[in-house]
Amino acid sequence: MSNNMKSIYGNAKDNYSFKIKLKSGILFFWFLILTIICLLPIYILIINATREHSEIANGISFIPGSNLKANFHKIVTDQNFKLSYNALHGYKNSLIITVCATFLTVFFSALTAYGIHVYDFKIKEVAYSVILLVMMVPMQVTSAGFVSFMSDLHLTNTYWPLIIPAIAAPAVVYFMRSYMKSSFPLDIVEAARIDGCSEFRTFLSIAIPMMKPAIAVQAIFAFIASWNNFYTPNMILINVKLNKKTLPMMVAALQSSDKFNDYGAIYLAIALSIIPIIIAYVLLSRFIIAGVALGGVKE
Amino acid sequence: MASGAQRRIKSISYAKYGYIFILPFFLVYFFFQLWPLINTFIVSFHGNGKSIQDWVGLQNYKDILFGGTRKVRVIHESFFKCLKNTVILWVGNFIPQLALSLSLAVWFTEAQLKIPGKGFFKIVMYLPNIITAASVAVLFLQLCGQSDTNPGALNLLLNKMGIVHRDAVSEHYDSIKFIDGVWQSRGVVMFIQTWMWFGNTMIMLMSGIQGINPSLFEAASIDGASSGQVFRKITLPLLTPIMAYTLITSMIGGLQMFDIPYLYTNSTTPKEHLRTMAVMIFQYFHAQADNNKMGYAGAASVLLFFITLALGLIAFYMTRDKDEIAKKKQRKKIAQQAKRESKQFGGINL
Repeated sequence: MSNNMKSIYGNAKDNYSFKIKLKSGILFFWFLILTIICLLPIYILIINATREHSEIANGISFIPGSNLKANFHKIVTDQNFKLSYNALHGYKNSLIITVCATFLTVFFSALTAYGIHVYDFKIKEVAYSVILLVMMVPMQVTSAGFVSFMSDLHLTNTYWPLIIPAIAAPAVVYFMRSYMKSSFPLDIVEAARIDGCSEFRTFLSIAIPMMKPAIAVQAIFAFIASWNNFYTPNMILINVKLNKKTLPMMVAALQSSDKFNDYGAIYLAIALSIIPIIIAYVLLSRFIIAGVALGGVKE
Repeated sequence: MASGAQRRIKSISYAKYGYIFILPFFLVYFFFQLWPLINTFIVSFHGNGKSIQDWVGLQNYKDILFGGTRKVRVIHESFFKCLKNTVILWVGNFIPQLALSLSLAVWFTEAQLKIPGKGFFKIVMYLPNIITAASVAVLFLQLCGQSDTNPGALNLLLNKMGIVHRDAVSEHYDSIKFIDGVWQSRGVVMFIQTWMWFGNTMIMLMSGIQGINPSLFEAASIDGASSGQVFRKITLPLLTPIMAYTLITSMIGGLQMFDIPYLYTNSTTPKEHLRTMAVMIFQYFHAQADNNKMGYAGAASVLLFFITLALGLIAFYMTRDKDEIAKKKQRKKIAQQAKRESKQFGGINL
């Protein structure tokens, strides 16, 4: 009897672990397929960036070609490319705008969150609800009014409308406030006051170091969002010279590819715009994934 | 313990810093977001082109919603076409995206499954989300090239698989029109959107699932629930708030869809069947000098604003917690009953 039971339970257990193993195996293959789908377009992009125009037209290949140098030469010297694409200027302009905007976003969001979290004042709750409310208003809705207002101020074709609005980032304030709620005790502020620290100094030398994890995550996302932004620069920088355009604007100009008639060079130009951000992602992926999981960051 | 007086002194001396600290945010918010929003409303009541300064009242809205003379009917029709395009593109990317990310999130968080390299898979699946959308659009434009003589990588791949044929004599491919074809190009845009966003949604849903009390899953597995039952009876109901959030943000993001539909074209203007609301608005106010349709752009923006608002409210209504509402109702009922009972005794609270 007991022997019989043992064999039944043993069978069930074997059966169960076999099932789990089978399921894990199948899912592993499914994940592999998804990985290939995720990486294939980028892989083809990088491979094709090293191949010649005629090679690309004749068939796909998964082995790098030997034309990288020539393609690069073409981007730098070809008349058509020179008119619409200059990676160096693109990096520089995008970097100026992005670094300034990221700094402003992070600093002023932390400041606002700190102000709301630490101090008691009359409109505190109202101010916070307003911030939550405006989080959902999409940029496209305000853009018509934004552009007409900016052109009234003669600020179109300058970088100011791309940098200054970064100060008001409701979603980041919301994130920082929730972070402070969980890990910024008010006693510390109290202690700093007793030691004679001024309010602003308390924020700079106590609150900011304590909020480093939240600031790092939000800085990464603000950087990515600003670096990838095509809509606003395209709308504000209406007629600027090539050396003032941002990188996404230059890539967008590659879209009418008939003009260039060299696939290898076009692929390389696209790759140049993507590679820096992929390298940054590989280095920072741990923080990024944790940040997404922490709080709905969706631009 | 601080006495009342002390507390009062504290609030007097420090409250002003609160105002100072939040001032820059609200100043910038007012000038760069709130005023533009109000300005959009104002612009929508003014004329187009040369008569941009004239007050026309609700004429722009009337033109967009109901049409009129032949010139105006174009605007009316294109508005609804763009609305339709936006809805098609959003639905076509959201449904597969949600199905994919939900199933992946469940599998990633299932404790019994032993899958190697979970961290790696997560990182790879999020990767498309951080790449510049403009670059992605131009990249797919290259990959989906449809020319007969030198098609893009996708057509070449299909050729290798025997789906796309090559004429033996003229050496021309009968490429699939991934750019000109209405549904082909929509399919590509939907694919790009799903490709870019499923990793993000997956990670958000995963953090939602990890927030569910693990003892619930344990209890279910002790009671012998299958993984399908666990998903239907535990994961899904408890995930509703996060799903509502995903739905709303995705919907608002979908209404904003701009970069990819705008750039996924082989001519200088966006494809007619890919024109979304955002693209239309952009084209209207971006046209130079006398050709601009500032008033229409404003009116379309305001309509978009109200559509966003309505969709957000509907999503909230549909996905709110039903148990919570039932409980609230019950509480109300009890309170009412208590009130009635107290009235029976002549309003004297016993």
